[in-house]
Amino acid sequence: MKVILYLIRKEFLQIFRDRFLGKAIFAVPVVQMLLLVPAVTFEIRHVNLCVIDRDMTPASRELTGQLEGSSFFRITRKTFSEEEARTMMHRNRCDLILQIPEGFGRNIARGIPVPVQVGVNAINASNAQLSWGYLNGVIQTYNLNRLKKGAGMPAGVQLQQVSLSNRYWYNEMLNYRHYMMPGVLGILVLAIGFILAGLNLVKEKESGTIEQINVTPVKKYQFILGKMTPFLLIGLVDLAIGLTIGIFTFGVPFQGSILLLFLSSAVFLVGVLGLALFMSTFARTQQQFMFTGFFFIIVFVLMSGIFTPLESMPLWAQKIDLVNPMAYIMRINRMIMLKGSGFHDLRNDLLALVLIATAFTTLAVWRYRKTA
Amino acid sequence: MTSREPVITVQNLVKRFGSFVANDNLNFEVYAGEIFGFLGANGAGKTTALRILSGLSAPTSGKVMVAGVDAGRNPERIKRNIGYMCQRFSLYEDLTVTENITLYGGIYGMKRNEIRGKTAALLERLQFGAYGNTLISALPLGLRQKLAFAVAVLHQPKIVFLDEPTGGVDPITRRQFWEMIYETAAGGITVFVTTHYMDEAEYCDRVSIMSEGKIVALDTPAALKKQYGVSSVEEVFVKIARPGQQLIP
Amino acid sequence: MKRFLGFVRKEFLHIFRDPLTMIIIFGIPAVQILLFGFVVSTDLKETKVAFLDLSKDEITRTLSGKICSSGFFELGADLTGYHEAEHVLRKNKIKAVIVFEKDFGRRLISDGTASVHIIADGSEPNMATLITSHISAIIADYNRELAGAGLQQVLLVQPEVRMFYNPTLKGQFMFVPGVITLIMLLICALMTSITITREKEFGTMEVLLVSPLRPAQIILGKVLPYFILSFVDVILILLLSWFVFELPVKGSLALLLAELMLYILMSLSLGILISTVAKNMQQAIFISLVGMMLPTVLLSGFIIPVESMPMPYQWVSKILPPAYFITIIKNIMIKGTGFLYVWKETLFLLVFTLAAIGLSIRNFKIRLQ
Repeated sequence: MKVILYLIRKEFLQIFRDRFLGKAIFAVPVVQMLLLVPAVTFEIRHVNLCVIDRDMTPASRELTGQLEGSSFFRITRKTFSEEEARTMMHRNRCDLILQIPEGFGRNIARGIPVPVQVGVNAINASNAQLSWGYLNGVIQTYNLNRLKKGAGMPAGVQLQQVSLSNRYWYNEMLNYRHYMMPGVLGILVLAIGFILAGLNLVKEKESGTIEQINVTPVKKYQFILGKMTPFLLIGLVDLAIGLTIGIFTFGVPFQGSILLLFLSSAVFLVGVLGLALFMSTFARTQQQFMFTGFFFIIVFVLMSGIFTPLESMPLWAQKIDLVNPMAYIMRINRMIMLKGSGFHDLRNDLLALVLIATAFTTLAVWRYRKTA
Repeated sequence: MTSREPVITVQNLVKRFGSFVANDNLNFEVYAGEIFGFLGANGAGKTTALRILSGLSAPTSGKVMVAGVDAGRNPERIKRNIGYMCQRFSLYEDLTVTENITLYGGIYGMKRNEIRGKTAALLERLQFGAYGNTLISALPLGLRQKLAFAVAVLHQPKIVFLDEPTGGVDPITRRQFWEMIYETAAGGITVFVTTHYMDEAEYCDRVSIMSEGKIVALDTPAALKKQYGVSSVEEVFVKIARPGQQLIP
Repeated sequence: MKRFLGFVRKEFLHIFRDPLTMIIIFGIPAVQILLFGFVVSTDLKETKVAFLDLSKDEITRTLSGKICSSGFFELGADLTGYHEAEHVLRKNKIKAVIVFEKDFGRRLISDGTASVHIIADGSEPNMATLITSHISAIIADYNRELAGAGLQQVLLVQPEVRMFYNPTLKGQFMFVPGVITLIMLLICALMTSITITREKEFGTMEVLLVSPLRPAQIILGKVLPYFILSFVDVILILLLSWFVFELPVKGSLALLLAELMLYILMSLSLGILISTVAKNMQQAIFISLVGMMLPTVLLSGFIIPVESMPMPYQWVSKILPPAYFITIIKNIMIKGTGFLYVWKETLFLLVFTLAAIGLSIRNFKIRLQ
């Protein structure tokens, strides 16, 4: 036990003596929170719409007026030229083109169905679907309004309608900052722990200092624990800094137990550090470690459900996520912070994290060779 | 001052890396308290053998006993009884002299008081007093090497292995370094030193000369010189390591 | 010249002999393309929802049947009271609770209206929005059905939609340009900055500097292999996305390749610039990751739409070369537009490249003095 304390002391001395690292440890959580949390929002504020109204009757103006009235659409241009509209879409000046044909008002008044053409910039498929859905909604409301006014309502048709209302729990206004913050805390802890611990061990290999340690009777587990503990503590301090910034700057509510959050992050960190140390035994240079590490971080984060829901992934990817610690901590953080979920709600995820942490740490101890 | 009691016994030691034979059937003994010189050109297999003896590398075959422990089977138990100074300087450059000593003292399980006492004594003996709180990176090479040696024997091991300890060091510091080696040996610690400075070989109790993975000569410097009829170990070395000539005398 | 070629050959061998570097150069792009192509998706697939049916009549059964058979949703639980909603949502197994009011069917027939209430888990806003929009589409369908065939004729305005550029609505169209942009930056800027800093840190740079090679040749020799490798990488990514996602290059291939070369050149000069600033590898890594990769991932608009971000972020995005490059490849690859539509962006990249090269030369000279 004493030996581990000496090793830990040495790591801290080295970390804080390094002018760059000593500062980075405190700067990274601040920068990450302030940068990442407000940036990530998938909310579509408004869709730029270009209208080609060849009809110019009160009926067509009523339709475009309704579009203008919705906060979702912003009519950036009215034109008669289809080509101009296409050019605007090419140049990204509009995402939707609505084309109302000549004779629109006349035909509607006579009860003849009129096709209107909608062009959607579909490069971003999900945005395209959403904005098309909204536009379609406006058009259907327009239709229903005309029906309710009695225009063209066939005799004997009684209108039965199911109405829909909704509420969002845990995040009433669908504030993306509330959604992102727990996830960013996960990324923060992952990046700090993984990169610092991994680079640290590789650096000892590169500079040869590990050689002198290897001829001492230090036990493998002592060495690994001596490497893990400082970064575990640093990770948790960074978590505290990030959490404070998140709550006070962005007003993200905290429903659950802070203790539980730190406990689960500690387990998560042990897993991350174990993996980092395990991987660093393969790398010969810091450069190599950085690239493989960067790669793993990207895969972990993309598959964690931070940007896109886990449930939308194919089944095989969900299976892979069973060993992705980031997927667990993302869910756990969100559940604790936003939903106030307790130990009972999280016990399966926590258990999985404990297993992962144990497995990765064991791997690291096993792979670390004092004998070449 | 040397007894005839072996602390290192090597029998039929072979180390292969793939098809390359780094150590080809080595047999020798090192006696307690002696200064044993391990000579050879670069790539002769000195460091490989040294790493096996200190438990850093496993032998392919053969029997290696170090301080009564089998190096092949139980490398970790050896490490308690030995000190080791790498060819490449490997103390922490971003720690101070005292911090390095404290760290290694702690790793070897020394008590806090003991470490403190030893550190003071060590700084005193090396005339390092002013350098206690200096970062290693600011130390000149000669001082670094002395410190590395001091750290290697900090825990009073039975044997200390020195891998080319005086490489790149100026003659005066080399001289001081060898004085430290003598002191250490006088204190009862067996010194196993590799070098390619032939004048240093003269200071050893016994030397072995390695060439292409084999030990081609092993005796006291005086006996070797007499056997080859020359006046220095250097000439012995040149004679047996000369290409195209049968090595085994 | 011969000496220079020999040097380039040596640098090439360095890269090729290192299996890890090779994995990075060819493995990362492949995995990223596949990840983005198959894994990162926002589609609803059998999302688990719970029903709180306070009416349990034929109509609510029909409606819940329609919701569950849509392919988007799956029955996760049948609740008996409101208090259970809190419980299942907190466990995170259920993403939304759909509530049918009491006497749903009777009300629909007698009052002409009945209401469905959705309680969605707002802790994942994307998911919540998608769930409500899908359910409202299903209900709108049902309403139309209820109104009967007679109504179809009176729904006078009939929109016909055409999805431009991406008629089958593939998510990959958004990601492939982003991945290309990111990978080029990773290989060119990050790798070169580290390689050069490494030489500095280990003192091998001095050995090179005293050799008869001129400093410019040394830098060029270091950079040339990465230029070629990243170009090969781009071709690989383009082929992958063509064969796996059927994402063709609509515009001129020659123009696309020319723009790619410009971008690679820009990334390389950025890498060199970083290496003239960084004192050691760790700093180079840090500057590259925090100063380059992070803003690129965040602010170039390939995962997160820039338009919805707060203003300062949009300003940063305006001076971020990768953001311009993404516009360029999107225009050429997907929209099929010509040089006329991308000349401004191209000019920006060119100016940026020249500025980076100029700054590097200045820094380099200062260091030599």
